[in-house]
Amino acid sequence: MSFYHKMEILKAEKINKSFGEKQVLRDVSITLDEGEIVSLIGVSGAGKTTLFNVLSGIYPPDSGSVLLKDEDITGRPGEVSYMMQKDLLFPYRHVIDNVTLPLILKGVKKKEARETARPYFSVFGLEGTEMQYPRSLSGGMRQRAALLRTYLSSKGVALLDEPFSALDTITKAQIHRWYLDVMGEINLSTLFITHDIDEAVLLSDRIYILSGSPGTITHEIVIEEPKPRREDFSLSGEFLAYKRQIVEAMHLM
Amino acid sequence: MTKKFQSITDITAPVIAILFVILLWYFCSNREIVPAYMLPSPYKVAKAFCDNFTIMMKQASVTLQEACYGLLIGIVIAFVTAALMDRFVFLYKAIYPLLVVSQTIPTIAIAPLLVLWMGFGMAPKITLVVVTTFFPISIGLLGGYREVDPDAVNLLRAMGANRVKIFRYVKIPNSLPGFFSGLKISASYAVVGAVIAEWLGGFEGLGVYMTRVKKAYAFDKMFAVIVFISVISLLLMLIITLLEKACTPWNKQEKKKLHRRGNIQL
Repeated sequence: MSFYHKMEILKAEKINKSFGEKQVLRDVSITLDEGEIVSLIGVSGAGKTTLFNVLSGIYPPDSGSVLLKDEDITGRPGEVSYMMQKDLLFPYRHVIDNVTLPLILKGVKKKEARETARPYFSVFGLEGTEMQYPRSLSGGMRQRAALLRTYLSSKGVALLDEPFSALDTITKAQIHRWYLDVMGEINLSTLFITHDIDEAVLLSDRIYILSGSPGTITHEIVIEEPKPRREDFSLSGEFLAYKRQIVEAMHLM
Repeated sequence: MTKKFQSITDITAPVIAILFVILLWYFCSNREIVPAYMLPSPYKVAKAFCDNFTIMMKQASVTLQEACYGLLIGIVIAFVTAALMDRFVFLYKAIYPLLVVSQTIPTIAIAPLLVLWMGFGMAPKITLVVVTTFFPISIGLLGGYREVDPDAVNLLRAMGANRVKIFRYVKIPNSLPGFFSGLKISASYAVVGAVIAEWLGGFEGLGVYMTRVKKAYAFDKMFAVIVFISVISLLLMLIITLLEKACTPWNKQEKKKLHRRGNIQL
């Protein structure tokens, strides 16, 4: 555990969710502190995406509550921003209009929204692409544009559902490095789903393991390695030890 | 192969085919394989086309008005129907078969009924155009609405968008390509529909003119009108294609790919 305790920004308490007869989530409680990156790992079908849908307010939970900065937002969409596995950039909107869509939906004028978004294009490595259509962007750029859209719609909290899983290994390694850099620059607390244990250890401050049917949180692992992380962290003994701990917790060995 | 060269070869083949057909036609009428009063020579048709151009233009303005009003009303009805069918699954299930059945009714069979019900003015012609055009447009729109990625809808919901906003920002733009391909088909139906309705009763328009020259056995004029009608249809389709390009600028590259695969496209 860390010595200091930062402010809890997002908190889910005892979430239960069933679809018909099948219970998907049972008493799931998680917290996310300000500025933290927390991963949610679990085998397929453990209810990770369902949990995200509950946190983002797309589905209301059967019981339990979701708090954003101590305000109850259970079942209220539009509070926590959500990025899905697919980049879901709309081919018919310029990159800048894709990125500002959440602002437009909240009633911000097009021009103002564009002004808000412009400065972030360089932070996200997208300068010059403002007036292009998404088709002309590479996979990594599309993902960064989707992330910028998520960031602009957030009130400091973003849920990322396997954001990098569709990228090839090299692009993924680049985007991981970039991601850690950019998170140092902007104020965003992220909770993200991944299947990739390496990715989780590399990026996260904390990792939750969700498993079983119905899904429950079985383990919470704190990655003590300080940030910014050293270049060769992913090749170190500590890294491997964390990885072993997770693999064992998930009963993969 | 460079792009430019490719586009030239794309045009060459159809031009050769058209020239060949005209030559064959010329040969048949010149050698009197088909009697001249039945098949006038291309030269005679061209002459009739030029001589009667102003008359045809005057008649065409009536026909075009009917076609355009019909098309516009068709678009509005298609838009409303498709939106309602997308919103209410019950309506979709109830109306879809009816739509398909409505397309099996031959236009030419209902045209006289419409004339009986609505008189000899523009109303029956416009109605017929509406009946024939709204189907392809509504199917095109509906396809676009229903093909929307459910995750995109979820994403917008997570951003706090309501149904109307999801419709405006996702469904409508997604349906534009389908809408325009439906509209292109409808545009040619619209002109032909108006002409057919005019055959069966009316005072002016290309269809009325056509029946008049037919009764006079002026086959050269008859052919000239036919050519004129297809030119109008082609022009309408061209306008729609230009409109489509203006409305869907993001689609440029995809279109080229389709074209190379040999899809029929104007």
